[in-house]
Amino acid sequence: MNRSTIDLWVGIFVALGLGAILFLSLKVGNLLTTSHSEGYRIEAAFDNIGGLKVRAPVKAAGVAVGRVEAIRLDPKTYEAVVTLSIDRQYAFTKDTIASILTSGLLGEVYVGLDSGGDPQLVAEGGRVGKTQSAVVLEKLISQFLFDKAAQGGGGK
Amino acid sequence: MPASAIADGLRRVGAGTRRAVTRLGFAARFTVAVFAHSLEGLKRVRLTLREIYFAGALSLVIILVSGLFVGMVLALQGYDILQRYGASESLGVMVALSLLRELGPVVAGLLFASRAGSAITAEIGLMKATEQLSAMEMMAVDPLARVVAPRFWGGVISMPLLAALFSTMGVYGAYLVGVKLIGLDAGAFWGNMQAGVDFREDVVNGIIKSVVFGLIVSLFAVFEGYDAAPTAEGVSSATTRTVVGSSLSILAADFVLTVFMFRGVGA
Repeated sequence: MNRSTIDLWVGIFVALGLGAILFLSLKVGNLLTTSHSEGYRIEAAFDNIGGLKVRAPVKAAGVAVGRVEAIRLDPKTYEAVVTLSIDRQYAFTKDTIASILTSGLLGEVYVGLDSGGDPQLVAEGGRVGKTQSAVVLEKLISQFLFDKAAQGGGGK
Repeated sequence: MPASAIADGLRRVGAGTRRAVTRLGFAARFTVAVFAHSLEGLKRVRLTLREIYFAGALSLVIILVSGLFVGMVLALQGYDILQRYGASESLGVMVALSLLRELGPVVAGLLFASRAGSAITAEIGLMKATEQLSAMEMMAVDPLARVVAPRFWGGVISMPLLAALFSTMGVYGAYLVGVKLIGLDAGAFWGNMQAGVDFREDVVNGIIKSVVFGLIVSLFAVFEGYDAAPTAEGVSSATTRTVVGSSLSILAADFVLTVFMFRGVGA
């Protein structure tokens, strides 16, 4: 095998390999649209975040507008402070309600944003006005049972 | 009688342990020597290119075909289970994550060990058996720089590219089965995949894994070849040791890397 044939095949191989890495990064990993430089950050404080995880989507009216970037506990108020990275093309009003929702019964947990009518917008690093905590199924069931028991007791 | 039998057994265990430790020491010294001679070897780019051709370009067929089939099987099996929970739209992300994080680097590494690692060992072992290595030394050509380093780096460079190609073909195979055969929505397939796969966590970690596996296989291959007994049996058992040793090391290293990389994801 002469040199130029080997060079050709090595060239083809390396080009294919680099192309595969590019494909995995862009098409599979979606490197372009998830880069953090494009988003701005806002915060929301929740009493309970349930099963929310970092990198969970942020949706407004069902449309994905950003991602959960960080979750930490405020040591003074004992609230969970969630940092949301929002796409620059979307702006939200100051009275936006952020709620933690689940898509379907077993689906992923995400943050839903519902904009209000306030003319002022949430600025970079600002905090969303109102929040609604995650619905914890166990609490709901225990409350239901408790109510049932109370009803039963009152009836007699 | 029994006392001497026990003494014999102990002697054998001792000798075996000593041999193993001596070999480990030689392997470590050899590794350092390969790295020390790498610059010298890499200067002769053409030699390394030739090894990339033999280790990488000639492995393309087996990697591409097995990647395609692994992806198609993953899609069929994954669909069967996911649709029970009404989550068949998550097929794309499931296949992509399993390929990028585990199957791509590991299976490509195992195939690479048996396809290219064994060939490198046999080649170097035969060179040693036919005294080509001694002849080179005689001519003041260092076989570490001339023979070993190009093969080592050829393997290290080829392996991540092969793993990436394996994963790409797997994703494409899953696309063929999921979208074209089963009839899932193409938008949901790619959209869920893009939403669930993170560049840093999944793609980069997969590439790091494949680089580590490339180092492991190449090092095993050149060391076993260089250390082979200069006989036909010696070369054959060295080739076997390359495949067995590098396959087991890949799986063990994969466990360790996974512990470090994915332990706390999403928490």
